[in-house]
Amino acid sequence: MKALKSALAAATFLATAGMASATDLEVTHWWTSGGEAAAVKVFADAFNASGNNWVDGAIAGGGNARPIIISRITGGDPMGATQLNTGRDAEDLIQAGLMTDLTELAEKEGWADFIRPSKLLDSCKFEGKIYCVPVNIHSFQWMWLNRSVYESNGLAVPGNWSDFVSSASALREKGVIPLAVGGEPWQINGMAGVFMVALGGVDLYKAINVEKSADAAGGAEMTKVFEAIAAARGMVDDGFVGRAWNDAANMVITGKAGAQIMGDWAQGEFSVAGLTAGKEYDCLPGLGVHPVLDTGGDAFFFPKPAGDKPDVVKAQLEMASLLVSKQVQVDFNLKKGSLPIRGDIDLAAANGCMQKGLKILEKPENILPSGEQAWSSDTQGQMEDLWVEFFNDPDMSVADAQGRYVEIIKTAN
Amino acid sequence: MAIEPRGTRPGRMLDPTRIMIYGVLIVAAVYYLLPLYVMIVTSMKGMPEIRLGNIFSPPVEVTFEPWVKAWDTACTGLYCEGLKVGFWNSVQILIPSVIISIMVASVNGYALANWRFRGSEVFFTILIFGSFIPYQVMLYPLVILTRELGIFGSLYAVILIHTIFGMPILTLLFRNYFASLPQELFKAGRVDGAGFWGIFLKIMVPMSLPIFVVAVILQVTGIWNDFLFGVIFAGTKNFPMTVQLNNIVNSTQGVKEYNVNMAATILTGAVPLLIYFLSGKYFVRGIAAGAVKG
Amino acid sequence: MDSARPNPYFRNLNAKAAAVPMVLTTLVVFVGCSIWTVVYSFSASRALPINEFVGFAQYDRLFSTSRWTKSVENIAVYGVTSLIFSLVVGFILAAFMDQKIRFENTFRTIYLYPFALSFIVTGLVWQWILNPTFGLQQVVRDLGWESFTFDLISGRDTVIYALLIAGIWQGTGFVMALMLAGLRGIDEDIWKASRVDGIPVWKTYLFVVIPMMRGVFITTLVIIASGIVRLYDLVVALTNGGPGIASEVPAKYVYDFMFARGNVGQALAASTVMLTTVLIILIPWVYLEYGKKKQG
Repeated sequence: MKALKSALAAATFLATAGMASATDLEVTHWWTSGGEAAAVKVFADAFNASGNNWVDGAIAGGGNARPIIISRITGGDPMGATQLNTGRDAEDLIQAGLMTDLTELAEKEGWADFIRPSKLLDSCKFEGKIYCVPVNIHSFQWMWLNRSVYESNGLAVPGNWSDFVSSASALREKGVIPLAVGGEPWQINGMAGVFMVALGGVDLYKAINVEKSADAAGGAEMTKVFEAIAAARGMVDDGFVGRAWNDAANMVITGKAGAQIMGDWAQGEFSVAGLTAGKEYDCLPGLGVHPVLDTGGDAFFFPKPAGDKPDVVKAQLEMASLLVSKQVQVDFNLKKGSLPIRGDIDLAAANGCMQKGLKILEKPENILPSGEQAWSSDTQGQMEDLWVEFFNDPDMSVADAQGRYVEIIKTAN
Repeated sequence: MAIEPRGTRPGRMLDPTRIMIYGVLIVAAVYYLLPLYVMIVTSMKGMPEIRLGNIFSPPVEVTFEPWVKAWDTACTGLYCEGLKVGFWNSVQILIPSVIISIMVASVNGYALANWRFRGSEVFFTILIFGSFIPYQVMLYPLVILTRELGIFGSLYAVILIHTIFGMPILTLLFRNYFASLPQELFKAGRVDGAGFWGIFLKIMVPMSLPIFVVAVILQVTGIWNDFLFGVIFAGTKNFPMTVQLNNIVNSTQGVKEYNVNMAATILTGAVPLLIYFLSGKYFVRGIAAGAVKG
Repeated sequence: MDSARPNPYFRNLNAKAAAVPMVLTTLVVFVGCSIWTVVYSFSASRALPINEFVGFAQYDRLFSTSRWTKSVENIAVYGVTSLIFSLVVGFILAAFMDQKIRFENTFRTIYLYPFALSFIVTGLVWQWILNPTFGLQQVVRDLGWESFTFDLISGRDTVIYALLIAGIWQGTGFVMALMLAGLRGIDEDIWKASRVDGIPVWKTYLFVVIPMMRGVFITTLVIIASGIVRLYDLVVALTNGGPGIASEVPAKYVYDFMFARGNVGQALAASTVMLTTVLIILIPWVYLEYGKKKQG
């Protein structure tokens, strides 16, 4: 680490001789997959070019990283900046006054004018002040298909969920796993959210995730979602216990599986593997039924440094400003496979799938809040537990599961 | 202390009992060796060979590239420097933590075995109880505690944490060991006018090599394999090797490179493994002394 | 000889001074943290501990959560099974190792090395071997035994045995070493006497040797049991609690709620239940074991 640091420091010194003194800023994140690492490098390069020094603190797996991030902040050894999901992850930390206030910078640069959808910036607000920088829009509402798997087996590439379901058994007979899934609870929870829109409709999604209606949660539309998850049990392989999402994506890439329901971050894996959208693989927003996006994403938070360190705060603000700047947004999102948070930039280089996403984003009625924005991490966790238990337990009836879902919505916060 | 096998006298090599004994031992050895075999074999295969399947087949073309990659160039986040960076950080955490935790625990054990005072057994009981508390429960208060001490995020904090969590088992072993030493030695020391520290340093410690070996083995294993405490308490500059192992193993850059993962795994386990291989004999001898007396 | 004895106050002072780290650890860390845990388990603490107390609300929720119920069930099954297996397998291996066998050092090293590996490593390797799509099951099937099934890890009812296989692999070597040490501490005369009396070997082990190895068994029990209560890393590395919630354990529940889920109150309620259970089991036993020997 030391050798690396001095090498970095020397490089930065040479590059920035004459500029203001470089400040080291440690940045923690869990972006360690191929596409993600390429994307985070865009940030690091831009920050280093500004005369500061990005010290990378990657920790694989959000489940590993979050406790470390939170305990470091509460323990008084805060990092310079950290990735978290947009939403309510850091609510309590902000409330405890542990985050640097970005309001002044945001007003000066007019973030409110160009960040779209505006809800994204709202989720960074606490009591009217801004505490985080949304860096991208991620939506779970996608399905990824390997075209050649279908074509080489003489099947039509599905255009929507019901096509997929009807060809699933044919695919199975050819020795291909129809649906690739991973074992992590959030994956199943996300899949349920996708079914909610595709099968229950936008109104159902909003009734539950915005109005938090227990009636809707117990209604007939929602029953369809539970039935779909139950049906999905029969479309997967039995090796998914403990499998990560990108390993599941890799099954689609290599043709072991036909499709995966996963957020648009999966796209980064497809492009790292050298596949082209529309040619080798295809994407169906909203499962081809209701093309909408839920607008989750990633955000950067800047914990207040321990003690009075104006240089650190200055570097934090510089980083915050860089993260939303036009060129960085273009480069970063192209690598990450996510959509940029500003609408005033040219994304001609984006691939077919991203273009689809951008088009959907143009209409405000297509935009839904993501789970992270709607629910506390506690409530989200309860939902994850339920979905993953239901998905794995064929003996659990739809009615039982839905009953428990209603209970969660009733007590949700 | 005699450490000779004492079971029934060995018969001829080929009597049925012997065959049964060796049979069981060998079957057990296969179960224990299987994962190591898979790890080593896989780490020496190229990716095309791994994709072909059979995890138990020996490599057709032996390659050490995964080892080089794991040590030198595997990516964890932005840096592609392999495990070597974390190795030295782990050493830096390991050495002071092992020394200090063993020093503290050996003095504890000595005080409990030879210098009991009112209440000493109560503290010992609580200590044993403490070994049953899940680490996670104490994480929050310990973050607060080290923060208040002003050492959070430094080597001092991680040394303190390892000393605390090593204390119950080590104290138990040291206490038992010292209690098993002949009381006459202790009494002779007192007759000669030696005090608490005098007896400890001049009589007890020189006689206690086996139990110190056990303590070193236990602590090296525990501390080297620790992920949570190192990463939370030691501060950014001291991320231990297990963090990089976790990053390499749990993040896939494109295709999951099982061979690199396995090589990284063996490399990370190398230090405690080496200690076991070198001192296995002392380990049993020390355990014999530390655990036999209740 | 009385005059040669150190002054009792002086003696207490020295021993007490030396025991300061231990006293501080027990009082501040173990007792202090336990009290803190119990107190805040009655609070509505979310991501950070707060002083808003809500009575038994966290406990009500805890006991109505199926994941917690499953976790408790799992740790009970795992605990009992792994305790029995570790002790039995460890003892048998040790007894066999003690028969003046050849290559004792080699065998001992083979049984002991897994203990040197972290749970991350253990979980990773076993996940691989147990994986039905490319592990042992597939390999045996490729050899021609098409119907061979070894998919413990993907079955809800069997995943706990996958955990056991990996856990026992990692831990029994150490138990074996402890037992072997105990056996080596048994006086040769005992064996001679039992041979003279014509008592069968197995009877000597069961009724003479094992009772004499009480100390070893207690140390072993403390070490195994404390490992079981804390079982966490192995689960995360091997199954991450899956399939579904089938291999969740209490320590993982605590950890998830404390950090990822931002519900410290719930996590502390779960830990309080764990602490109380351990106390109920442990206190009478520890009292009998260590409390009675007041004299040094």
